[in-house]
Amino acid sequence: MTTLAPPAVRAQEPKTAGRGRSGAVVWMALPALLMFIAFAIIPLLGVLGLSFTTWDGIGAIHFTGLTSWKAELEDPELPHSLWVTFEIMIVSWLVQTPISILIGVFLAAFKRYRGLLAVLYFVPLLLSSVAISITYKALLDPNFGLGTGLGIDLLNQDWLGSTKLALWVLVFVVSWQYVPFHSLIYQGAVRQIPTSLFEAAQIDGAGRMRQFFSITLPTIRYTIITSSTLMVVGSLTFFDLIYVLTAGGPGDSTRALALEMYRKGFMADLMGPASVIAVILVLVGLLLAQLLRRLGGRGDESQLEGV
Amino acid sequence: MATRASWKGSELTAIDTSVPVGKGATSVGRLLRLNWLGGTFAWLWLVIVMVPIYWIVITSVKTQSNYFVTNSMLPPKDPTFANYQLVVQSGIVHYFLNSVVVSVGAVVPAVAISFMAAYAIVRGAGNRWLRTMNSMFLLGLAIPLQAVIIPVYLIIIRLHLYDTLLAIILPSIAFAIPLSVLVLSNFIRDVPRELFESMRMDGATEWGTLWRLTFPLTRPALVTVTIYNALGIWNGFLLPLVLTQSPDKRTIPLALVGFQGQFNVNVPAIAAAVTLTTLPIILLYAIGRRQLLSGLTAGFSR
Repeated sequence: MTTLAPPAVRAQEPKTAGRGRSGAVVWMALPALLMFIAFAIIPLLGVLGLSFTTWDGIGAIHFTGLTSWKAELEDPELPHSLWVTFEIMIVSWLVQTPISILIGVFLAAFKRYRGLLAVLYFVPLLLSSVAISITYKALLDPNFGLGTGLGIDLLNQDWLGSTKLALWVLVFVVSWQYVPFHSLIYQGAVRQIPTSLFEAAQIDGAGRMRQFFSITLPTIRYTIITSSTLMVVGSLTFFDLIYVLTAGGPGDSTRALALEMYRKGFMADLMGPASVIAVILVLVGLLLAQLLRRLGGRGDESQLEGV
Repeated sequence: MATRASWKGSELTAIDTSVPVGKGATSVGRLLRLNWLGGTFAWLWLVIVMVPIYWIVITSVKTQSNYFVTNSMLPPKDPTFANYQLVVQSGIVHYFLNSVVVSVGAVVPAVAISFMAAYAIVRGAGNRWLRTMNSMFLLGLAIPLQAVIIPVYLIIIRLHLYDTLLAIILPSIAFAIPLSVLVLSNFIRDVPRELFESMRMDGATEWGTLWRLTFPLTRPALVTVTIYNALGIWNGFLLPLVLTQSPDKRTIPLALVGFQGQFNVNVPAIAAAVTLTTLPIILLYAIGRRQLLSGLTAGFSR
């Protein structure tokens, strides 16, 4: 084990060596496969099945065909929650992406405190959405919170009580948690760019703005796609945050898809329509991921270098 | 360890020569220096990140009456630990133990079976079943837990596991598998084939190779995957919310929401609960940080 075999061995190794013995190895994969089928694949098929039934969550499940689909698709809450979901998705993408790229580009070049910054930036990712939401709920109190403490009246808004502001608060808290993570991804990507590109550009007389738009941005485009996919698909599943911070309110102004599903299913005991929402959730997620992949014009490779 | 470094190193240089990667950040740094806009944002964002954390800690040592009269952004003159006492008396230790049981009970088997599966996928490359399974796991990365929570709830009821900690553990294991297998198999793929071959020449079984060769070589990735999964499960909210009911089955996030209702306007007590429940994670991070970051890099770098 202490000495490496010469490369010749690798070259002459027949491909069948692995195949002949793979029978024994297949069994090792079985526990993971069974667990995954039982609690992920079967539920995934199950949710489609349940969307054609009527069930109150306790009693018997009745197959009722398209009844749940009809009921759900006619409910005006569905387009509303879809709209809220997209609103959160788009606004949080628009806020997070430029800031993350800016910070990432800066961190890539900024060697001295990068390590320290990375450590501190990581902290929000460690906290549960529940803890974060509870903290912000208290911190944004219009009477005793941040605004009063800093003596800035502008910050003394009824943040969570206003239909207009609540959505922005959600977006801000999401950014608070995830901008550091995406900054670190971009930082890794920028550091992969060959220095010679910048040097050549400089010799050609390109300014720093020009270098950023002509070299940095095009080179990290796959990272932008990856990071955007994580943001966009991730935003479909914001549940804990909304549940604790606004509970969908005020009114239904922040009631996104995942929360609407929970309310229908586990509070109103309408598991059929809730399953319909779940199916829509899966479809929207797959569609968006596929769309972004097309945009990137490349396969399914992950681009998380140097996180 | 030295062996690992050397073959890792040779692999890296082999890759590096094909792509002209910059020689470190110093020269890029020279060219990008004075990026004042990025710098402003980076430091500003650090302040934004730190303010709520600072606030929650100083608030947790204020008395309730003090909280309403003193400046919310200044630390108290007479810090008190009474809030922590109150939180402990409210049964946080029990909820803490619940979270430990759920996290350990889910992460250990999840990482173990993912490790075995990853080993099988790499070693049995070419086997059609294993290839199908691997693409199924990749697809699984895209399944959000929220979308399947209703059937999971149904399955748990039918298994008569509702309102038990095992109800949280089982789906947690399943949803930890896809990413764990992905990261671990990427890592195992880096082990040179010659090492596997020499193990085989020595007459080692697949189990022996798994344990004595692959396990020590992939330890950094295993630590990464363990921490990552533990974090997700420790902070998980939806599964406990839907699959348990009685107060004595609460895990930490659910307990925090409970405290929020129970303490109501006693903000310092809520702050103490948040601080106390976050502390173990921060400590774990401080210990495992290096491995977490390096392991993530290794797992995602292709």
